[in-house]
Amino acid sequence: MSTTTDVAAGAVSGPPPALAPKVARGGGFGRYVLVRLLLMIPTVLILVTLVFFLIRLTGDPITAALGGRLPADQLAERIHEAGYDRPLIVQYLEYLGQILTLDFGNTITDNQPVTTVLAEYGAATLELVTYSLVVAFLIGIPFGLIAAANRDRWPDAALRVSAIFFYATPVFFAGLVAKLVFSVWLGWFPVSGRAGVRTELALGREGGTGIYLIDAIRSGNGEYVWDVLSHAVLPAMTLGLLTAGIFLRLVRTNVIGTHNMPYIDAARSRGVSESRLLRTHAYRPALIPIITVIGLQIALMLGGAVLTETTFEWQGLGFQLAKYLQARDFVAVQGIVALIAIIVALANFIVDIIAALIDPRVRY
Amino acid sequence: MAGSRLLGRLPVVHQLRQAVGLQRGMLVAGLALTGVFLVLATLAPVLAPYGYSQLSDESGNFGAQQAPSAEHWLGTTVGGYDVLSRVIWGARTALLVIIVAVLLSVFVGILLGLVSGYLGGWVDRVLVVVADAIYAFPTLLLAIVAAIAISGGQSGLWSGVFAAAISITVVFIPQYFRVVRAEVVRVKAEAFIESAKVIGASTPRIMFRHVLRNSTRTLPVIVTLNAAEAVLTLAALGFLGLGIEPTSAAEWGFDLNKSISDVAAGIWWTAVPPGIAIVLAVLGITLIGESLNDLADPRLRARRRGKGTPADAVAQSEPVAREELGEVQ
Repeated sequence: MSTTTDVAAGAVSGPPPALAPKVARGGGFGRYVLVRLLLMIPTVLILVTLVFFLIRLTGDPITAALGGRLPADQLAERIHEAGYDRPLIVQYLEYLGQILTLDFGNTITDNQPVTTVLAEYGAATLELVTYSLVVAFLIGIPFGLIAAANRDRWPDAALRVSAIFFYATPVFFAGLVAKLVFSVWLGWFPVSGRAGVRTELALGREGGTGIYLIDAIRSGNGEYVWDVLSHAVLPAMTLGLLTAGIFLRLVRTNVIGTHNMPYIDAARSRGVSESRLLRTHAYRPALIPIITVIGLQIALMLGGAVLTETTFEWQGLGFQLAKYLQARDFVAVQGIVALIAIIVALANFIVDIIAALIDPRVRY
Repeated sequence: MAGSRLLGRLPVVHQLRQAVGLQRGMLVAGLALTGVFLVLATLAPVLAPYGYSQLSDESGNFGAQQAPSAEHWLGTTVGGYDVLSRVIWGARTALLVIIVAVLLSVFVGILLGLVSGYLGGWVDRVLVVVADAIYAFPTLLLAIVAAIAISGGQSGLWSGVFAAAISITVVFIPQYFRVVRAEVVRVKAEAFIESAKVIGASTPRIMFRHVLRNSTRTLPVIVTLNAAEAVLTLAALGFLGLGIEPTSAAEWGFDLNKSISDVAAGIWWTAVPPGIAIVLAVLGITLIGESLNDLADPRLRARRRGKGTPADAVAQSEPVAREELGEVQ
């Protein structure tokens, strides 16, 4: 988790746009997008390579998953069939080729194509991460502004201590406590899962996007929508609050940082009100580093999603990853991790582009 | 006077004197929580009523999922262990992992950052790209993959501690690398380095004596914050079943994983104590790190209002670390 470095990265915000020297370069934006796109390739390549070789350090995946359960000759035969007895470098090149065609191999324990697993459960994780981001924004940004406005007074103190508290609480423990209090003791929300059995069957029958909320709204049945939402509340709050704490600190540090800039003093001397200074003058430039950091937060959230999904038995990629880890099915693990590497690289790319759209100084 | 002056230059003591108001409160609270954690970790055999893998005493088996009682203050787990004892022993496991992980990553990270930053060239470029790629990746997933590679999943106390620590190290090294490298690149352009070259100092001497000594001042903050993160990552690995076996050591994350089904049945005492232990340990260390971070940054440091001696003013204007965590302004 890169929270501290993020805060610091955010703290260093450049001069306000008006003061920045005008850089005029031909074909700026298109070229910038292209360069960023090309820079994604080494990132993904490095991560995929790292994951491949780290996992192969333990030996071939078939022995890892089935060793001890099959007689030695059958094991050797399966290893030979799958090609795991060839030199590692040959396997590596073949693996790279497979990834280019978006083929991640078959899982060993239940012999499904990894891509099917990814497609089937990816939507659930996407749904959870989206809800959590919404929660994090709604809580983190306004409270960060409040903390910055009341710097070193009690609201700031209370908010900062609670932000540290949220950071210190592991998501899975927060999830367990939320489950204990709100589901088991108070009975307000369901204990686990993405939807009730009846809803799940009905939505599954109709097919659809796999994102339950959209499917439920499309079915037009209010009962289903309610069921899906009530299942999402606790997981989304759990994962969202973790990120909200980080957003809060980030907004606070950045707004305080820009608030000390000379142009703020200039505006103040012209008689701009304090609240307006904060809301428009200091807040807007402070947003840019925040947007950049969101890219890194998405990586953090995907890690948190693995734990949240395991806690709430939310049938997403993270839950499947934990399941395959227990079964020692490393082909599946490798596939899921490689996909997440690609998603993270894509997210960073998109965030870079958005930052460049907002702040022309970034693209040079 | 000379004695107190020297004392004032010790890392934490200096900040404790510098801090005022909330920042002082946070620092003191952090030091207190961390102190309790350290005492529990070192004195676990004395303080814990039972062993971490003890299932029975003279009066027979403990029994599984027993509610808190006079014999077992926090009840027993689903596996029949005493919850309180495992919480206390867990502090020791966490401390061991912190020490190994931080020492390893500081050593490797500083060395790589120093060599890469000072010598430059294609090695530097490759290392930067690799570190950035790793840095962008979800740390937990990386730790999972590393844990698979190192231990294949399951392990005993020392092998488990090392497996967990090395998995965490893989995540931390890029951070130290980035920070140290950025500082090194900045310091090596300073005039005194040029002077050293002119008088004929050797490259290793310049690197370790002149550059390194001037490039490590932001590290205490990162070390504290990473120590907190090491506890969280260890617990997360344990929660996903990649941790240390219950018979070889007590580990908070593992116990939380075993308590998922208890929670659905309304059994709170197996989940809450190890969880609170994690929160307090992380909170204590983070509070120290956060305070050090704020105090090192003049823009974030709370100012002493009204009275103040000239010495305070000097202490406050000391630019301890402007280029916070490697980001050069």
